[in-house]
Amino acid sequence: MVSTSTPTKWALRAVAVGYVFFLVAWPVGLLIRRTFEGGLTNLTDALTDSNVVSALALTGKVAVAAVLINLVFGVTISMLLVRYDFPGKRVLSALVDVPLSVSPVVVGLALVLVYNGRDGWLGTGLEDNGISVIFATPGLVMATCFVALPLVIREVVPVLTEIGDEQEQAARSLGANAPQTFWRITLPSIKWAVVYGVVLSLARSVGEFGAVKVVSDNVAGKTQTATLSVEKSYQNFAQGEAYAIAFLLVMVCVASLIVVALLRPKVHD
Amino acid sequence: MSAALTGATIDTAGPASPQGGRTRRTTPRNTLTPGAGVGLGLAMIWFSLLVLLPLSAIVARAASGGWSQYYTVLQNPQTWNAVQLTVTQSLVVTLINVVVGTVIAWVLVRDRFWGQRLLNVIIDVPFALPTVVAGLVLLGLYGPNSPIGVEWAFTPNAVTLALAFVTLPFIVRTVQPVLEELDTDVEQAAASLGASRPTIFRRIILPSLVPAIASGAALSFARAISEYGSLVLLSGNRPNQTEVVSVRVLSFIENGNYSSAAALASVMLFIALLVIVVLDIVQRRVARRG
Repeated sequence: MVSTSTPTKWALRAVAVGYVFFLVAWPVGLLIRRTFEGGLTNLTDALTDSNVVSALALTGKVAVAAVLINLVFGVTISMLLVRYDFPGKRVLSALVDVPLSVSPVVVGLALVLVYNGRDGWLGTGLEDNGISVIFATPGLVMATCFVALPLVIREVVPVLTEIGDEQEQAARSLGANAPQTFWRITLPSIKWAVVYGVVLSLARSVGEFGAVKVVSDNVAGKTQTATLSVEKSYQNFAQGEAYAIAFLLVMVCVASLIVVALLRPKVHD
Repeated sequence: MSAALTGATIDTAGPASPQGGRTRRTTPRNTLTPGAGVGLGLAMIWFSLLVLLPLSAIVARAASGGWSQYYTVLQNPQTWNAVQLTVTQSLVVTLINVVVGTVIAWVLVRDRFWGQRLLNVIIDVPFALPTVVAGLVLLGLYGPNSPIGVEWAFTPNAVTLALAFVTLPFIVRTVQPVLEELDTDVEQAAASLGASRPTIFRRIILPSLVPAIASGAALSFARAISEYGSLVLLSGNRPNQTEVVSVRVLSFIENGNYSSAAALASVMLFIALLVIVVLDIVQRRVARRG
């Protein structure tokens, strides 16, 4: 390794640390300080406001539903992409990445165009049968599923590829059927990748804002999620409340980061 | 933090069984068992309902207005200003990230100092933070009554700031692993042959980092042009000044003008697609070389 001269080393350190400090560390620190400016009042006020509580509950519900759907879908697609050959596989593996690069607002618009009850491609039919998607919880779940879709797949595919299918073939040759092979051989070996993907999806789902904003009519207590209520509270000059909800969201995300950091080495073992 | 978030393309091109790699096939083989076939079918139905159909709805809606529709939408000065602002700010931020991101990656890999692990963790914070919270967080330091006297909120600088925040991890996290894998023998050999430090960096280290920097830059540009959440509170969405494309699309949607929204959205989709394709080409080229 070539050592850099001491002045250069310090200059690079200063740039890196300074940039991250001013852009991320200090602002996040300020948020935490402002949340606790009047002691715990901001938090207790927010948590006794029924609208805030129902927004948090809705976010929790939507996130759990979206993560479960993405978990099942993600593991299925990963198995198909790694273990099987079929026409169109390449296209599919490129397509599952698309949600990562689509703007959240565009995601919302796309869902609205298909599922709105007035002139949506499928929305009118669903509405006739009494199912509303847009401006209701199913729409929130779909928008959240969309944006978090590739996360599980991206974690599981590399691990599946790496472990190979020798053990699975051995199990099959010894008479295990497909579900047995999956539950007893494949799943245990991709366990940590799955958990990691789920944690990432959860953090992403809890924090989604743009896509959710388009498909929600933002009615407090009904279709307002936690991120939407941060915006609403701030714009209504209820800044203490906005800080409190934001703080809770940050805590969820920091917890996910910690879980991920703890799991990461195990994945590499 | 991970490939999942930095967005390196999944490569599943490898054959499913060892013997598949030897011979070059013209038509893709089908090794689906009946059970797997059903799984694929169900997965594809859900994927179509969730992703493919809605995205085609945008394209269809945009196409129904023809070229004149695009022309009218982009002709609108407010929209055009939004497009210009978004593209220039995304380029500026990507440029900042190319330089600072590489420096941060370098410091994280080649330097040892107190607090380095903390720095490494903080890099991931922008990925983990909900975007609207990112905006709120930046308002604290750069908003009204800023403790450091930098009141950038509601000016074009706010857009730069928000985009820099949300795209910070991309280049760091793509360059870092490459730098870790880099063989230092070559650098030592160059040094022993009398190459100066700048020369070693420029001739030996930089060339191996370029693909990673490029893919990180593409990702950060793609993220920047599509950003919405972090700008809502911070930029004030002032027409012609701090309004970005996503905000324009949203206001079209809110006014019920789905056709204009779809036209503008399809332009964004096209750019996103372009970035994916370029990224794929870059990575394939690198994979071939490696």
